[in-house]
Amino acid sequence: MSTVTHDHVTDTNAPGAHAHPNPSVHGDGHSHGTRRTYLTGFALSIVLTAIPFWLVMANVIADTTIATLVIMGFGVVQILVHMVYFLHMNTKSEGGWTMMAAIFTIIVIVIALSGSLWVMYHLNTNMMPGHAMDPVNLM
Amino acid sequence: MSNTIQATPGEKLDFYDLVPHEHAAHGSTQIGFWLYLMSDCLIFATLFAIYGVLGANFAAGPSPADLFNLPLVAVSTAALLLSSITYGFAMIDMEEGKKGATLVWLAITGVLGAAFLGCTLYEFSHLIHEGAVPQRSAFLSSFFVLVGTHALHVTFGIVWLITLMVQLGMKGLTPANTIRVQCLSMFWHFLDVIWIGVFTVVYLMGMLR
Repeated sequence: MSTVTHDHVTDTNAPGAHAHPNPSVHGDGHSHGTRRTYLTGFALSIVLTAIPFWLVMANVIADTTIATLVIMGFGVVQILVHMVYFLHMNTKSEGGWTMMAAIFTIIVIVIALSGSLWVMYHLNTNMMPGHAMDPVNLM
Repeated sequence: MSNTIQATPGEKLDFYDLVPHEHAAHGSTQIGFWLYLMSDCLIFATLFAIYGVLGANFAAGPSPADLFNLPLVAVSTAALLLSSITYGFAMIDMEEGKKGATLVWLAITGVLGAAFLGCTLYEFSHLIHEGAVPQRSAFLSSFFVLVGTHALHVTFGIVWLITLMVQLGMKGLTPANTIRVQCLSMFWHFLDVIWIGVFTVVYLMGMLR
């Protein structure tokens, strides 16, 4: 948690006050990026987007299972890049509660997604013989 | 409470909340907004699960390879990624106290968001024109719900962005407005993260099958 308190009187209410640097955005328990970190994140996300698009559009990998796994890998890495460079996630902001909430959410998502796909895959293969379905390939 | 409006005679009432509430100094607005985003994330997780389960049920209708136009998806993805970096620049200029530059970057972000939305709407109208309507198959129902929910979020993000630009123009970079810009920043980057999941799972993997 932030221990810094701000004197809001100095930068509010006066119409011309916006000319001064805004103290309220500092020390509020959030880390902020610099131009450099934003550009790093942007460059990484461009690369991580371009490669999977190229892989699919140019049909680089013949085996669809391997191609799917590779594309999923790029997606996961890019989501992590966005969380670190754009959402500024770390273990310290808000006393660790943003990270805690995110970890909890990810656990729930993993249970919901894997559970749904697993159960429905077996339901489909057992109940609809001859209907070629493989929902696992979707994920 | 200190922020109760005191109606003393002769004094003009100001209902615009220039001074943040007491909790704002401790950053509880941001953690609260983060918790909202996490619950929104669960909504998208549910929609992804539905698409994962039903996405192969074509009902003898068109499949992703018949419908999707990857160059268009690449353009809309580029617009959304660019809008993330322009919003980042708006945040940096806001921290440096530059109101004009913040507004310019926010406007560019809004234009890129609108470009993304235009691509999505063009794609939807194209699909509906081709007869690939939501009620055609379970694949199309889950596709329209997932991508449509994301597009709806972007729409409201743009509405929020315009509202915030008006507020910034009227009141400047007050602490309350600063917190609003930070919350929209989280919302905007969050939508970008969801879109990574959408173009990976729906479009790229759809083309592979």
